[in-house]
Amino acid sequence: MTGAASWSFSEEHYKQIQQHLLSFLRDSNARCALLVDRTGQLVTTAGETPQFDPTAFASLTAADFSANDQLARMIGEDEFASLVHQGERESMFLADVGKRVILVVLFDQRATLGLVKLKARSVVEQLAKVLEDMFNRVGSGPAPEQRLLEGAEDEIDRLFG
Amino acid sequence: MSMINYASREINCKLVYYGPGLGGKTTNLEHVYNKVAPTTRGKMISLATETERTLFFDFLPIDLGTIRGFKTRFHLYTVPGQVYYNASRKLILKGVDGIVFVADSQMERMEANVESMQNLYDNMAEYGYDLTKIPFVIQYNKRDLPNAGPVGDLQASLNPGWPIEDPAQQKVTPDPANPGQNIAERVGDQWIGRAPYVEAVAVRGDGVFETLKVVSKMVLKTLS
Repeated sequence: MTGAASWSFSEEHYKQIQQHLLSFLRDSNARCALLVDRTGQLVTTAGETPQFDPTAFASLTAADFSANDQLARMIGEDEFASLVHQGERESMFLADVGKRVILVVLFDQRATLGLVKLKARSVVEQLAKVLEDMFNRVGSGPAPEQRLLEGAEDEIDRLFG
Repeated sequence: MSMINYASREINCKLVYYGPGLGGKTTNLEHVYNKVAPTTRGKMISLATETERTLFFDFLPIDLGTIRGFKTRFHLYTVPGQVYYNASRKLILKGVDGIVFVADSQMERMEANVESMQNLYDNMAEYGYDLTKIPFVIQYNKRDLPNAGPVGDLQASLNPGWPIEDPAQQKVTPDPANPGQNIAERVGDQWIGRAPYVEAVAVRGDGVFETLKVVSKMVLKTLS
């Protein structure tokens, strides 16, 4: 590999992801779910609109998860597939999805950690399937991002004056 | 790893500022943060020690504009420069689309520059990335200091070039930041490639946007 590969997702995959996340939020009573890729980019959010900067939040989430992965290896574990940060009122649950993205769940006293964990198990599986499908499609034909900016050199030049 | 979101019509790319400790990586980001319109940038996050040395990373998202109806957003990261923070430095490189190496021009920092450059090659190789094939720019910072070494010496140590084996790449390519110089050319019977370089005084902002422009453009061109 010369560098990091690109990835893209279509509106159809986006809708599927949203449906899974919304039904998870209903079942678990959690407030909000974010999907963040392992490099720190926000993929999507569902549920209540976060009152913080979600872009910054996503970069910190990926760093948190990566740092914990390394800590896991140091103590002889392959990974920590999920993490919990519990506060007095607000808490976070983070789970790995297919080694590609991280599911972040924000919840308060209306939800219990046990229920969030239980329901997260199935949504993680559903999301992993969507991602698998996405990557398989990209792998079977020319990646759409290869065509997206094709012939756009002039526009790129203009962007930089 | 650039991410293209067709639903929100966004292209997100990741740039990492690498280099030795106290070389000016965070200063580059701070200058960008202070100069771009608040509407085109997000919050700047710094995970630093009490003495303001970067502990994990600095992070700044900026919007560059729209191409083909897609909003292009770049996520700028710095790494901690100090040698002993390698574990966290390596994590930040995951999924990188473009690299800026901020070198300290002071002659007494030459060894630290070379060590950091070697560390960058090593960390990239561990992820399976080839630094000679991804957008990569070197910034020679602190050009205003009296003990700054000549650019030629810095180039010889940090940017001596690599052989270009691919015939498709064997063509004379001008350095976008230095008119009259090339980043790909024939030397004797061998084709040599180099990273473009920019001279800078980051505390004054000189060269900061030029560096960002050169690397961002290279990243977007990899998508075209």
